[in-house]
Amino acid sequence: MPEQTVFEVFRYLPDSETEPRFDSYEVEYHDNWVVLDALNHVKEHQDPTLSYRWSCRMGVCGSCGMMVNGEPKLTCETFVRDYDTETIKIEPLTHFPVVRDLVINMDDFIEKLPTVSPWLIREEEKDLAEGEYLQTPAEVAHYKRFSMCINCMLCYSACPVYGLDSTFTGPAALALANRYNLDSRDQGKEERAAVVTAHEGIWECTYVGECTQVCPKDVDPAGAIQMLKLSYALDWARSFVMPRSRR
Amino acid sequence: METLQHDVLIIGGGGAGLRAAIQVATDHPEMSVAVVSKVYPMRSHTVSAEGGAAAVISPSDSLDQHAYDTISGSDWLADQDAVEVLVEQAPKEMLQLEHWGCPWSREPDGRVAVRPFGGMKLERTWFAADKTGFHLLHTLFQTSLQFDTITRYDEWFVTSLITSDGRCQGVTAFDIRTGEMRSIGAQSVILCTGGGGRVYPFTTNGNIKTGDGMALAYRAGVALKDMEFVQYHPTGLPGTGILITEAARGEGGILVNNEGRRYLEDYDLGEPLDVKDPKHPEKRTMELGPRDRLSQAFIHEREAGRTFQGPDGDYVHLDIRHLGEPKIDRKIPMVRELAVRYVGIDPVYQPIPVRTVVHYMMGGIDTDIQGATSLPGLFAAGECACVSVNGANRLGSNSLTEILVFGARAADAAMRHSVVAPPPSAELLQEAARAERARLDDTLLRPNGGGETVAGIRSELRETLEEGAGIFRDGTGLEETCATITGLKGRFDKLALADTSTTFNTELIAALELGAMLDVGEAIAHSALARTESRGSHQRLDHPQRDDEGFLKHSLAFQGDGDPIISYKEVTITRWPPGERIYGSA
Amino acid sequence: MTRELSRPLPRSWWLRHAPYFQFMIRELTSLVVLTYAGLMIWGLWASGDGGSFPSFHDFLSSPLNVWLHMAMLVLALYHTGTWIALTPKVLVLWRDDERIEPDVIAGANAVLFLAVTGLVLWLVLG
Repeated sequence: MPEQTVFEVFRYLPDSETEPRFDSYEVEYHDNWVVLDALNHVKEHQDPTLSYRWSCRMGVCGSCGMMVNGEPKLTCETFVRDYDTETIKIEPLTHFPVVRDLVINMDDFIEKLPTVSPWLIREEEKDLAEGEYLQTPAEVAHYKRFSMCINCMLCYSACPVYGLDSTFTGPAALALANRYNLDSRDQGKEERAAVVTAHEGIWECTYVGECTQVCPKDVDPAGAIQMLKLSYALDWARSFVMPRSRR
Repeated sequence: METLQHDVLIIGGGGAGLRAAIQVATDHPEMSVAVVSKVYPMRSHTVSAEGGAAAVISPSDSLDQHAYDTISGSDWLADQDAVEVLVEQAPKEMLQLEHWGCPWSREPDGRVAVRPFGGMKLERTWFAADKTGFHLLHTLFQTSLQFDTITRYDEWFVTSLITSDGRCQGVTAFDIRTGEMRSIGAQSVILCTGGGGRVYPFTTNGNIKTGDGMALAYRAGVALKDMEFVQYHPTGLPGTGILITEAARGEGGILVNNEGRRYLEDYDLGEPLDVKDPKHPEKRTMELGPRDRLSQAFIHEREAGRTFQGPDGDYVHLDIRHLGEPKIDRKIPMVRELAVRYVGIDPVYQPIPVRTVVHYMMGGIDTDIQGATSLPGLFAAGECACVSVNGANRLGSNSLTEILVFGARAADAAMRHSVVAPPPSAELLQEAARAERARLDDTLLRPNGGGETVAGIRSELRETLEEGAGIFRDGTGLEETCATITGLKGRFDKLALADTSTTFNTELIAALELGAMLDVGEAIAHSALARTESRGSHQRLDHPQRDDEGFLKHSLAFQGDGDPIISYKEVTITRWPPGERIYGSA
Repeated sequence: MTRELSRPLPRSWWLRHAPYFQFMIRELTSLVVLTYAGLMIWGLWASGDGGSFPSFHDFLSSPLNVWLHMAMLVLALYHTGTWIALTPKVLVLWRDDERIEPDVIAGANAVLFLAVTGLVLWLVLG
């Protein structure tokens, strides 16, 4: 391993410059450092003007997503020792506008999220005094995976459909819709149909599958979307064969 | 420019803040409620809580037992009326979360499961695998999305409280993306900004835990209560400080020193049972003792040379191998993921290196049991507040419960106030924003400051707090820390930033956070110096005994001209007279 | 408000990352399937009353067509392989709280494909 790593970091300072550039920072090699540790070291000791988001540094808050050598990564889970190169390139997540340096504008996702109605929908609420909705461990397992999304946006960066057309609802939002559809306590599948099965919803997905590859929490958004396709397609077919039956 | 104004304004979008927002939206849909957060809500530190949330649920359990466990765990410093509210409201809150979709782990028959936790006589900790905080926060956040009456100001940084006419009438805040300073007016403001673990160098806390809201209240004349009580969690990973949940011990994990011994036996925490014994782990015994005692034991072991040495300092072993892979993957999967990723250990086959780490602040903004502060119109809930339910030491899994119970209660109190209080005037709001803009421009953002850096002052603050206000303290060390902090504050006042840009200036944010950290640090150090007894997580080597006669009271730190002014207030005792904290009894 | 930087996807996006390239090839194989379907329909028409099967047969036997068909077979098999790999994503089956391994689902589909292929070959060649 080299004793130093050079970090080529994307800079964009809209208050003073019109064009982006790359700044090079030399950082001593540490065996147990993640990329985020290196960026923090740069900010503390070399260049306090470098801006990026981070918080938990344990892979659960979803703040620190960036492109590392061209791949979307959580920089708090990405170890410097796994890059046997002298240079590591850090850029803001692709497919999002850049506000400054490594900070992207994720308004689009924030606006899209409520549209898939990501909350428990019931025809009739049970009174709290009657206790919990019963849900067996098997029923929990059916949707558990899709509830693990930390909203880190790596999947949107990996998705070429979203890159070409930002009206696409996108992997994380659709995976969350699937989470609720599969929750045995939920009764909102029909209510979500309008947005989920709209042109910009599941049908714009062409199963490139890269979202699932980059997901740091193994949510499998690609799988979620294909499940939604089958599920809503079957509902649609059923509505012809048995128009009066309910879900 | 239109004025930004709401009926209830909530600062902080974590568990307490979102719970409060939903409470307003459901109870008073005609009210306008807003949540201001310096990060997107799902980044709030609630997300990293792991083990669970306590609420009485088994027929063999009782509210009184939960209350007693909490009060004795607090070394009798908790206000018992507040604890009674906490335990009574807890089950309802957990059920509400379940009804909102929280994926609580279940028994085979479909009922919610509970697990044992430190200091608790019976199993009452509700859990969602070992990512309870994550699921709780995302459930609250997603639930909040259905209410049109909740406005969010994501990535806005609050710089001050607007007070006028003897009451709080809003805040000044800037949009981090543009740097534009605005006032947001409201009849009621609820601070839900979390704790301040980042004032210490080694902590489980994320970067954002800098005590911002505590400082806001402090500067507005509200006392910070019981600040000397800082909780060290017994099991953090060396190097990073990443939390390994108490649930690992709740499921039966054991702590072992370099002699292979379950050393907690030597610290009045009872007799160890064999790990194969079906009764292991025994509640309130050994590894399920309270956190302060376990952390103190680690320090003693280290001093006796019975800890392991590593490149990131001393550690002991947390051994969960005997739980077996299926149980680990089902009940504490994240423990395995974190150990593998960050220390290269698979706990199915090897013990995890752990050491004690700063985790939680029992102290905070002084509130009553409704969540109201001494400043009318200002409320607080969650880790930033001190009601007090946690006293001198918090039991694991009471914090997630606290943020829900008191988040909702503070919202209730705020709504009652907002109905009768007059809204702020546009002139007040405009002037406040103008003055704040000028203050920042004249201080941190002025050109050509010399010498000092945010990172430099910050690391010195952390060093001095760890040195003088760590797990074991004494008068001399605390005095030194107090003096050092005074010096650092002076240097901070002279600080001018290298980065004076307006678009997403994270150096500015770090500097403002450092200002808050200095206030929090001084409150901790001075409160600790003044409390000449040992109780819970505040251990004085020069005053090793608990002194109920002198100190069965809460310390109050008020901001002074130089040093803070420390005074005291009584603890509310209802049905549990102070006694000995006994762990390990049959 | 200062200007945000937009970085549009370049036209060559699918050449810059191996999985994207594989995706594009997979999508293009649907043209292969379409072409073959067209040939089948032509063949059906040619073997009818108004058609001329011998000239269709001659056309198919030209060396160019043989090579083309071999290429189409490879691409069609690739198409089938990716389709089989997709099946566990849509067909999520459970045994209580354990998910049936994705490989089992894909494997079952692969076996089914081979069985049907075997049957067709036996009918056509046997």
